Amino acid sequence: MNASRSIIFSLVAVGILVCLPLIGVAAGMTSFFGVIVPYLAVALFFIGVVARVVRWARSPVPFRIPTTCGQQKSFNWIKPDKLDNPWDNKGVVLRMILEVLLFRSLFRNSRMEFYEGPKIRYASAKWLWLGAIVFHYSFLVVLLRHLRFFSEPVSSLVHLLEGVDGFLEVGAPRLYISGLALLAGVAFLFLRRVTIPQLKYISLPSDYFPLFLIFAIAATGVLMRYIYKVDIVSVKELTMGLATFHPVVPEGIGSLFYIHLFLVSVLFAYFPFSKLVHMAGVFLSPTRNLPNNSRMVRHINPWNYPVKVHTYEEYEDEFREKMIEAGLPVEKKE
Amino acid sequence: MYDSGKIIPGIILFVGLFTFPLWSNLGKAAPAPKPELPKTEKVCVMDAAFMKTEHMVLLNDWRDKVVREANRVWVGPDGKEYQMSLQNSCMQCHASKTKFCDQCHNYAGVKPYCWECHLEPKENM
Ligand code: HEC
Ligand code: HEC
Ligand code: HEC
Ligand code: HEM
Repeated sequence: MNASRSIIFSLVAVGILVCLPLIGVAAGMTSFFGVIVPYLAVALFFIGVVARVVRWARSPVPFRIPTTCGQQKSFNWIKPDKLDNPWDNKGVVLRMILEVLLFRSLFRNSRMEFYEGPKIRYASAKWLWLGAIVFHYSFLVVLLRHLRFFSEPVSSLVHLLEGVDGFLEVGAPRLYISGLALLAGVAFLFLRRVTIPQLKYISLPSDYFPLFLIFAIAATGVLMRYIYKVDIVSVKELTMGLATFHPVVPEGIGSLFYIHLFLVSVLFAYFPFSKLVHMAGVFLSPTRNLPNNSRMVRHINPWNYPVKVHTYEEYEDEFREKMIEAGLPVEKKE
Repeated sequence: MYDSGKIIPGIILFVGLFTFPLWSNLGKAAPAPKPELPKTEKVCVMDAAFMKTEHMVLLNDWRDKVVREANRVWVGPDGKEYQMSLQNSCMQCHASKTKFCDQCHNYAGVKPYCWECHLEPKENM
């Protein structure tokens, strides 16, 4: 699909997903959208992610293929780069932590550009890193703040997070920075895709759809918090019912909530089958999680078949007399 | 499966963390809050359904009118006049913070910071 068709396709898909609960709730299907769909989605999420991880773990990684960006460990007097060319588990763990928490490899992102005709130069390109950090961390904060709907009493850590997130103390209900940061982050990631021609060329519906879906989730959440309010006490009765396996569907929750919940359910169900599963995949990337110790440890390919070998010793045993006769040097005279 | 010594603990950690809402409540949902409504009064400043979801917006509105416009009188939709005040209006009718406001707020996990400055009514138990 070309760019504009990919975008339109994804937009229409999200549009339909918004309409489904709207129609369904109007037709009184609240327990379907409030209980059955969320349960199915969460089940699919867990089964799907675990199955994915198991499937990855079944493929052998016989050789060390880490991407290295620093000096390998060799002689004592050559300074090795522990983080960018780790040779033991400690280095790998450190490298993975920085990768997962700070997106270190994205930070290194560079851009090739032409200048003065055919000359090429490489420039650092940090905007993607910044956008990704803003997006992922605000997503995390929003998600953790949502724990107030799923636990009673609400943990003081959640309150601490709310306090920091809402420290501007603007308005009532208090404005949370993370909600706006999430919308801004998604918007940036989308604009990046459509403004850079090369990126636009390789973008598919599977790139646009998750962005639009997450944007729609965040937008319905923000609308629900600040503009079209829903009855939070009833919402919590519903979510606590879900969490404790005693589902209840209170009357009179606005349909905006059901739209939000349905889109979230779609996100969970879609997660294991899409690029979003990089949440698990980052831990299993062989280019990151392997120590570069090919020169210290022998790695044996598990699918090697036994090779018939004929060593030099055996060769000499076989032909020794003939070799001596022909005057060829042999290692053992007898 | 390769590396099961790392994969299996990883999967257990993932499932354990992500199902936190499911096991942390031990299968018991706390009962929904029952804020104690005023006994002497019949109606709120706006109708109850509006108040339930929008009371913080109204308070914010009152605050702006008082502090920025020096206007302390608010006329309700029924034509009745109220003094716009958290302490002297809301909390006159809703005389107990713990039995009214806090009931919902504890349940919903909201901690309005208003009481850092505004005085809550003395609780007479
Ligand atoms: C019916 C339950 C209920 C009652 C009773 C109630 N509240 Fe609330 N209140 C809520 C909920 C739920 C929220 C959070 C809404 C949200 O997060 O979108 C809230 C939020 C607020 C906020 C905004 C908090 C913030 O920092 O975002 C203020 C201020 C507030 N309430 C004041 C009061 C006062 C004062 C009273 C008592 C006179 C009161 N409320 C009684 C349910 C209630
Ligand atoms: C004149 C007395 C009076 C004043 C002033 C008043 N209330 Fe009320 N409020 C009531 C009564 C009575 C009810 C119950 C109304 C009903 O059930 O129809 C109520 C209901 C409510 C509810 C809904 C509770 C529920 O569970 O349904 C909230 C929230 C609320 N008030 C908050 C406030 C806030 C905030 C203020 C100040 C802005 C305020 N009230 C001012 C008398 C008052
Ligand atoms: C930093 C201290 C402080 C905090 C926190 C605070 N206020 Fe106030 N508030 C004031 C002061 C000072 C006034 C002015 C009092 C006056 O002129 O009568 C005021 C006035 C008001 C008024 C109108 C006058 C009155 O008597 O109530 C309202 C309503 C109000 N605040 C609501 C809120 C709400 C709701 C919150 C929480 C979301 C809040 N305030 C948090 C200091 C504070
Ligand atoms: C089962 C899962 C979820 C439920 C039941 C749920 C429910 C809600 C509710 C009731 C609100 C309104 C909060 C308020 O008025 O204070 C809200 C807000 C919001 N939700 Fe969700 N939500 C869920 C998952 C998500 C996810 C996965 C995201 C992330 C994309 C998200 C993003 C938001 C945002 C950005 C807001 C705006 C207000 C805020 O930041 O708290 N929600 N959600």
